[in-house]
Amino acid sequence: MSTLRARTAIAGLGITPQGKVYGPSAIGFAVDAVRLALEDAGLHPQDVDGMLVNPGLTWGQAGQMASFALQQAMGLSDLRLSAAMSAGGATAGAMVMHAAQAIDAGMAEVVVCVFSDAPLKPPRNAGDKDASSSAYAFAGDLNAAYGAFGVNGLYALVARRHMHLYGTTGDQLGAIAVSQRAWAVDNPQAQFHGKPLTLAEYRASRFVTEPFHLFDCCLVSNGGVAVIVTSAERARQLRQPPVYLWGMGQGHPGGDPIETLSSGAPIAARTAFRMAGIERAQIDFCQLYDCYTFTVLVTLEDYGFCKKGEGGPFVDGGRIGPGGELPVNTGGGQLSSFYMWGMTPISEAVIQIRGQGGKRQVKKNDLGLVSGNGGVLSTHSTLIVSKHPS
Amino acid sequence: MPSEPVRKPVPRVSEELAPFFAAAREAKLAVQRCQRCGTLRFPPREICSVVGCWSRDAEWVPVSGRGEVLSYYVMHQLYHPGFATEIPYPVVIVKLEEGPKLLSNLVDCPREKIQVGMPVEVTFEELSSEVSLPKFRPASA
Repeated sequence: MSTLRARTAIAGLGITPQGKVYGPSAIGFAVDAVRLALEDAGLHPQDVDGMLVNPGLTWGQAGQMASFALQQAMGLSDLRLSAAMSAGGATAGAMVMHAAQAIDAGMAEVVVCVFSDAPLKPPRNAGDKDASSSAYAFAGDLNAAYGAFGVNGLYALVARRHMHLYGTTGDQLGAIAVSQRAWAVDNPQAQFHGKPLTLAEYRASRFVTEPFHLFDCCLVSNGGVAVIVTSAERARQLRQPPVYLWGMGQGHPGGDPIETLSSGAPIAARTAFRMAGIERAQIDFCQLYDCYTFTVLVTLEDYGFCKKGEGGPFVDGGRIGPGGELPVNTGGGQLSSFYMWGMTPISEAVIQIRGQGGKRQVKKNDLGLVSGNGGVLSTHSTLIVSKHPS
Repeated sequence: MPSEPVRKPVPRVSEELAPFFAAAREAKLAVQRCQRCGTLRFPPREICSVVGCWSRDAEWVPVSGRGEVLSYYVMHQLYHPGFATEIPYPVVIVKLEEGPKLLSNLVDCPREKIQVGMPVEVTFEELSSEVSLPKFRPASA
C-alpha cells in the first residue's frame, strides 16, 4: 500500500497581524496571509496551482465560493485545485490533508491553505454569534426561552459532566490557561505577548458560562493565516526548512459529547499514527485545538497521553507549560495568542519544527502533534509533523 | 429609574413545534417518535437519525416528564435583556427516563443545590395563552 508519509511538506507560513486589527476585510486578511506565506517560502504567485479556503464567519456572500473569491481577489489564473472547506476547527488540518493528497496524486503542486476572519467590529446583534453545530441548535427559539445562548455553554455542559464523573477541578482548567499564557508571554505575535497570568488572576476572572471563566475561553481575532503545501522534493528547494507531513487523519464520532465526554481524536489518531509509523511516546510537543481550556484536557486524554478522566491531574503542576515534560500550545494557543481556528495550532507547529520559536523554542522538535476540533467535539483532524524527511 | 423590564423571549409556535406546545398547554410533555423504528427524539427532526432507518414518518407521544440532570452550566453572560435580573442562572440538560434529552431550566431549586444526576420532573410555566414552557424541578419523593 502506498503511503503519504513524508511525501509532502509545509513550505510556507504567513501570519498577518492578529487581534484588534481594524480595516481589512476577511478576504483582505486572506490575501495578506497568502502573500506573506509566498514570501516566506520564496515562491511566486504564479507557482500556486491550488487554493483551499476555510472562510471564517465574516466572509459573507464570498464565502459561498471562497476559494474562487480569493483567486479573483489575487488575480491568480489556471489553478488546478480549488475548494472552500467547512468542518469547523478541524478544517485547517483537513485542508492540509486534501492538499497533500492532491499533490501526491499529481493533481496540483503548490497548494495554499488559508483561514481568515474579521469578526471584531462595532457591536453586533445578540443572536449573531449563536451559530452552532450542536444537536440542540435545531430548536433555537426554544433555547432562547431558557436563556441558553452561544457555544460557551455547550462546551461547559461537557466540562461540568467531566468534573462530576472524574473530579476534575476548576483550578485544573485554570492550570491550562496559566500554562498557555506562560508560552504566549514569549510569542511576539500573541495578543497576550508579555502578559503573564497567575492562577489567582484566573480564579478572579469573571465567569462566562460557569464552570468556565473568561480565561477558559479562546480569544476572538481579526486576521489571516496561510500555509503552503508542496511535495517534499519541491520543499527542499525552497527558502525554509521543510515541515514534513508524516501522518494525517480525521475522526468524526457522531453522538452527544455530553454523554461520551470524548472528541474525534481517538479515531483520527489511529489513522495518523499508523501512517507516521510512530508511537505517541515519540511526540515531542503538541499543538492542540483549544477553543476552551477543557478542549485541551479532553484532547490530551483522547490521544492517550493520560487515561480518560485523568486529564485534570495530568495538566496540573506545569507539565504542559514552558519547561514541562510535554510542551502544549507553545505559542499560547487560541486562549492566549490568536484565534485562527485550526490554523493557530498548525502555524505554531511549523514555527517549532523549523526551530524558529525564539525564546519559546522547545528543546526537542523532531516530531509534533497537531489537532483540529470543530463543533462541540464533533469533528477532528490530526497532523503529525517532523523536521526529518524520513 | 429603569422602565418596565423587558420580558424573556417567548418561543414562536413553529409548525415543527406546534404539537409540543399543544401538549404543553395541557401540562403534558411530548416528544417525537419514529413510526418506523419507534425511537423517541427531541428536538424534532424531519428524518429519523437512527442509522438505516431514516424514516420521515413520525408522531408525537407523551412521556413521563421524569428524568435526571445530565449536566448544567450557570450563565453569567447577558444575551437578552429579559434575563437581566436573573443572571447568573442555570441551564440544564435533562435526560428523560425514556431517553430523549431536553435543554431547560430548573425551578424550585437554589443554584447551589443543583447536582449532576439529580432526579427531576417536568413542570410548566404559562407564558401566554399559546405557550406553556416545560421546565423541571427536583422530583418529589
